[in-house]
Amino acid sequence: MIPLSWYLILGAILFAIGVASFLIKRNIITIFMSIELMLNAVNLTFVAFAAHWHQVSGQVFVFFVMVVAAAEAAVGLAIIIAIFRTRETLNVDQVNLLKL
Amino acid sequence: MLHTILFLIFAGVCVAGALNFLLQHHPVNSALSLIVVMGSLALLFLMLGAEFVAAVQVIVYAGAVMVLFVFVIMLLNAGVEARSGGSKVAVVLGVPGLIIFFGLMYWILSAPRSQLENVQIGDFYVPTQDLGIALFREFLLPFEVTSVLVLIAIMGAVVLARRERP
Repeated sequence: MIPLSWYLILGAILFAIGVASFLIKRNIITIFMSIELMLNAVNLTFVAFAAHWHQVSGQVFVFFVMVVAAAEAAVGLAIIIAIFRTRETLNVDQVNLLKL
Repeated sequence: MLHTILFLIFAGVCVAGALNFLLQHHPVNSALSLIVVMGSLALLFLMLGAEFVAAVQVIVYAGAVMVLFVFVIMLLNAGVEARSGGSKVAVVLGVPGLIIFFGLMYWILSAPRSQLENVQIGDFYVPTQDLGIALFREFLLPFEVTSVLVLIAIMGAVVLARRERP
């Protein structure tokens, strides 16, 4: 029997680490993975609040978040492959033009 | 008591994996740490009574999405990322963000206990049947919209990753 705030603080810590790695990392794939980490932290708060208020809809939202994250990962990785094909780099500092 | 011990173990694994994700310089190491984070989050979901969400977390996130990431890392032969001298954005946004974060954590911890009660194992258990009923009755329109979104994402990924004709 633990307070709900522990789950929320864990979610906040994971989200903060995700934001930090989004800002610090230079590899475009790692930046994408930090977005996934942030989405996971939000999922944890959704499930914790669903357990707190005894609502099923919190878990349904988690389901939708997962579907959108999977779609985003597929499209984003395709974009990364297209960028790598034209520029031969994964460093975001060198990807600073919209056109070639 | 058991709940506290299990929560502390899996929360510790979660935070350690996330910190390892942040500190590693090779993308494959970061991806493997992220799989550890997702696995222990699935166990935390199980403790909160969300068994379907936990199973989907393992199958879709730790399985499919991370396999896609690792596959792309190996396909593009991504090596150790280049060191850069720290961007100014990280300092300018990070320090106020950290202050706000700790302020919010203090605010949550000091909130009156009437708003945030305790949760325990078995207090709220959602069978997959209830989740399916909620998904296909109350959330039918979002479900259908999501299926259209997934279809568009599939077509977009195919179009973007297709090799250009010379």
